[in-house]
Amino acid sequence: MSGPGLFVSGATHQTAPLAMREKLSPGPDPAELHGRLTAIPGVRELALLSTCNRLEIYAVADDPAALRALEDAFCAHRQLDPEDFGRVRMTRRDRDAIRHLFGVAAGLESQMVGENEILGQVKDAYAAAQALRSTGPVLNRLFQKTFQAAKLARSQTAITEGHVSVANVAVDLASNIFGALGGVRVLVLGAGDIAEKTTKAFLSRGAAPAMTVASRTIERASDLASRIEGDSLPLAEVESRLKDFDVVVGSTSAPGTLISAAAVRQAMHQRPSRPLFFIDLAMPRDIDPEVARLENVFLYNLDDLAAIAEKNLAARTAEVARCRELLQLRVEALWSQLEHHLGPGAAGRENTGSPAPGGQFAG
Amino acid sequence: MLLALDDRQWLWIAAAFYFVVFVQGTISQLRGRPQSLGFNYALMAIGYACQLAGLYLRGMEVGGCPLGNHFEIIQFTAWSATTLYLLVGVTFRSSLLGHFTACLTAVLSLVSLLVPSWDATRRSGIFGENAWIEFHAALAVFSYGVFALLALTSLMFLLRNYSLKSKRVGGWFSFLPSIVELEQISLRLLIAGVALLTASLVVGSVWWFQDTGSTPSTKIGITVAVWAAYLVALSLRLAGPLQARRFAWACIILFAGALASLSWVGPGRTADSTVATRTFEP
Repeated sequence: MSGPGLFVSGATHQTAPLAMREKLSPGPDPAELHGRLTAIPGVRELALLSTCNRLEIYAVADDPAALRALEDAFCAHRQLDPEDFGRVRMTRRDRDAIRHLFGVAAGLESQMVGENEILGQVKDAYAAAQALRSTGPVLNRLFQKTFQAAKLARSQTAITEGHVSVANVAVDLASNIFGALGGVRVLVLGAGDIAEKTTKAFLSRGAAPAMTVASRTIERASDLASRIEGDSLPLAEVESRLKDFDVVVGSTSAPGTLISAAAVRQAMHQRPSRPLFFIDLAMPRDIDPEVARLENVFLYNLDDLAAIAEKNLAARTAEVARCRELLQLRVEALWSQLEHHLGPGAAGRENTGSPAPGGQFAG
Repeated sequence: MLLALDDRQWLWIAAAFYFVVFVQGTISQLRGRPQSLGFNYALMAIGYACQLAGLYLRGMEVGGCPLGNHFEIIQFTAWSATTLYLLVGVTFRSSLLGHFTACLTAVLSLVSLLVPSWDATRRSGIFGENAWIEFHAALAVFSYGVFALLALTSLMFLLRNYSLKSKRVGGWFSFLPSIVELEQISLRLLIAGVALLTASLVVGSVWWFQDTGSTPSTKIGITVAVWAAYLVALSLRLAGPLQARRFAWACIILFAGALASLSWVGPGRTADSTVATRTFEP
């Protein structure tokens, strides 16, 4: 199909493996790439969306040939073999391009369906393109309507409800027990990646709880504690200090349990009215499963948290179709406005059709 | 009459509002959607105002606090629970307390309206023209309203505890307040209820000492037993042994007992009171 149009070309986590996506990133100077691409004859407007999961070039071009020139220029800049790029390329045109961007901004195309970060990344991409003066009437309207559509999708459907990462699910559960987490005292057993991710999830929720890290080697505990502005504790003192904490996160690689039911029972005698929440992310487990039987004590292990995260993800995925339906009306409304801006050749086009195999447009 | 409506008609309207909040809340829960806190609150407030109008008209008719029969006592208890909800409900991040309160007040209001015999007669002169005794009775019934709300927050605590222990945290469980919030509000309600009931008994006892024969010993014994039971629960909660689930169960059982005791401590038990037959359209 010839004539001017709104195009998107790029690769996403759905089409390209991580190693390929690394090669597709715009590089240290995105403005330089931007300048090269906008200089291509026939390219009227341009915006680059680059995240860890996608590189997408949104362009208003005179015809598909201009888009191909743009793709070639991109490959040349990134020192990519155009054939390699062709194998992972995703292209959309006109209505499909609008539909795609709406879906991206609403989080429908994300690895974690419904995640919020992508909307901010789309906004950043638009701001960058505006700063480089590469947007015009079509992309301006496209992005503004995209932000509205994404907000609508998030508010009218359950696409963002429930957390889908284990660490965030754990923090949610802590909120279900303690309410606001501002005054909550968290003890983290272990100083590895899981411990760090979990502490960051806690710290990301508004008022920061007091964090303490305990590890077999006090240096590692102190290292993580200093990064999260918390305290450190020798692992040997953990059981005797249990009464001082509200949430205990187990994430060590110790061969046996570190916290016994007897120690928890003892701690609860000293704080009967305050619940104690154990999150056991270790394998093998750090916390004796028997503690779950104790009054006012709650224990969730890795499987429990993963099951909740999966359930939340399934609930979000079930909302995708409803969300797309909601967005479709907006896609049609926007396209009817944009086709006039695109000029002769675009107006009156009934259907842009799906991209041909290999991502090339028919016609 | 107020706006051409009599007391029972206002109370019917109030019950209808409470029922609507309850039904609307139930539908929201079944759909897995949170209720609108503001909308709920507004409907409850309208119901509350209608109930207040009904009780006001009844009070004007009987020349005092309307606590002369079971119908009036239950209406007053429901009104007290709603008062407390409207005061403390906004501090909850969830509208579920409104849903539970609406359920309780709708049931209490509708049942009392649907049982004509509860309002067929009423005792007059139960306060012996003594405003302090009237105040004592009003405080006592108001404390029952507080205990009603305490029973609701305790029930919510048990549901939240069950959801967390059984790892079923999705669906409508997610709209429940946190364990700690429920525990704190329950303790505050218990303290408030015990304080009100204590004040009521202190006021009542001053007049009882002047005329010990005016009140049957059964009524006094049961009233003091209800007060003592709540006081013991509060002491055990503060001292440590009564916590979490046991505390919640104790609050629910105590309220059931307090409600049942109304048959003995209700109106018509004073020596000087007289029975008057009421006529109304049930």
